[in-house]
Amino acid sequence: MGNRYTGRTFIIEIMAIVLGLVFLVPFYYLVSNSLKPFAEILSNTSALPSVLQFQNYINAYHQMNFLKVFSNSLLITVVSNIVLVFFCSMAAYMLVRTKKKISNIIFMMFVAAMVIPFQSIMIPLVKVTGSLGMLNSVWGLVIMYLGFGSGMTIFLYHGFIKGIPVELEEAAIIDGCSRLGVFWRIVFPLLKPITVTVVILNSLWIWNDFLLPSLVLQDPELRTIPLATFFFFGQYTKQWDLALAALMLSIIPLLIFFFAMQKHIVKGITSGSIK
Amino acid sequence: MNSHSKLQDIEVGSLGKQKMLKEKSLFNIKSQKNLKSLGLFALFVGPALLAFTIIVLIPFFTGVYYAFTDWNGVNGTINWVGLDNFKYLFTDDKQFQQSFWITTKYTAVAIILTNIVGFILSLLVTKMLKTRNMLRTVFFMPNLIGGLLLGFVWQFIFVKGFASIGQITGISLFELPWLGDAKTAFWGIVIVSVWQGAGYIMLIYTAALQNVPQELIEAAKIDGANRWQILRHITMPMVAPAVTVCLFLTISWSFKVFDVNLSLTNGGPFKSTEMLALNIYTEAFVNNRYGLGEAKALIFFLVVAAITIIQVTYTKKKEVES
Repeated sequence: MGNRYTGRTFIIEIMAIVLGLVFLVPFYYLVSNSLKPFAEILSNTSALPSVLQFQNYINAYHQMNFLKVFSNSLLITVVSNIVLVFFCSMAAYMLVRTKKKISNIIFMMFVAAMVIPFQSIMIPLVKVTGSLGMLNSVWGLVIMYLGFGSGMTIFLYHGFIKGIPVELEEAAIIDGCSRLGVFWRIVFPLLKPITVTVVILNSLWIWNDFLLPSLVLQDPELRTIPLATFFFFGQYTKQWDLALAALMLSIIPLLIFFFAMQKHIVKGITSGSIK
Repeated sequence: MNSHSKLQDIEVGSLGKQKMLKEKSLFNIKSQKNLKSLGLFALFVGPALLAFTIIVLIPFFTGVYYAFTDWNGVNGTINWVGLDNFKYLFTDDKQFQQSFWITTKYTAVAIILTNIVGFILSLLVTKMLKTRNMLRTVFFMPNLIGGLLLGFVWQFIFVKGFASIGQITGISLFELPWLGDAKTAFWGIVIVSVWQGAGYIMLIYTAALQNVPQELIEAAKIDGANRWQILRHITMPMVAPAVTVCLFLTISWSFKVFDVNLSLTNGGPFKSTEMLALNIYTEAFVNNRYGLGEAKALIFFLVVAAITIIQVTYTKKKEVES
């Protein structure tokens, strides 16, 4: 501890940096090999690429139909987030402000269902949603994310709204503002910190989710990034040049998101995990 | 005097009547208000509740029913078979028992290693290091990427990267056929999940460590406590609540592991690393035995629910104590 930078701190710093480099080794192998031609990957796996060439990326980009799968992932993540924030903040607000038994029962139901692992419901889910015509459609998937994400999202909003004094809203109601108006104009702007947390947690989950979209989206045109990577990897097993470039293409958007939102992500995770 | 009191009487009477009228209209307003607030309640809560019911509740309860049937998903007939599925799982289904055992073993190893590594990382990044912010980013980065992609990345590392490191350094550990052997494939999954999870756990421990009051540590130093004593008797008790959070978080991650399992080993070699979640998936969507898959899923749910309930009661108890 202590605030001075001593010789001991220096040694710890060196050790920590070495550990950090060990953590980065997989990324080194991924990046450097994704830039090599196939023969060089096999002969010189650990070396840096001898020439810089992006042919693997160009090939993977086209064969994976990257632009399409990227926009699918983006569309699904963005729309699901909007839908989740919109409906769950409203629901949580009403559940907090209505001091009735029914509110507690509904809230407990949402929270209790967070325990259910996805694998426990995936089999009947396909049947139920299939009979409602929700399979193979982006909208169906969005509704499923609303259903699965509602527990966690309502839970986080609920905890936050409890801390907001009701007086503000009462003044607005006396001024003739409707309940919806009160919520969207007065309460919702106050929820911004928790909305950021909710959006980050849900975005990482939905963007990286593989199992649910793999069950719902059969049409290759609708594939998201994890789905496309999975099929691409299956199709080009041992064709490491293409596979690694495809992996890099899939990881880059996440890294950009991370470096843009780093501060919020760290805050969101520490506040979201302590439930 | 007399006339005055009469006047009063009249006044009281009309007042009473007014009051009655007012109460009547109040009652009307109240019931109207009730109806309106019920409508508002439905407007605000309804959409989320409806989606939740269709997506989570109905599949969950029908799933419990299917666990007692021979549904195969192909033909329409669904017959009630009672406890037959469960009998089969516990007596004949060697793969399920093996999956259950390997999942338990994996969970035990992964929670210990992830927490130890995560805690060490958090001790490092809360020191006065010049590079601590960068290190925090580096340690956390693997967590950002989904298990499926990480599994594929590591597949390359284990197959090509390790072989190459082995060639250069001559360390025999790297020359093993990591994913081709049941034992090392198991440790492969452990390595990837520790690498992925430690950064997340680090963040939680870091937040807890930063809440340890510096005065306490200074006071202990003045009293002559050494570094280990400070860690053991001040830091560790102060971060105990975070330990509970992290332990149960890692239990639930590990027990439900699916993505890394699928992309790294796909249960191989010879299904030796097929964990529970993947076993359920294969039973249902590859073998098309939905009823049997649901029976497994129900057992899976009961175990996860039990872990969570123990966690919640334990955390609540701790909160009361402190």
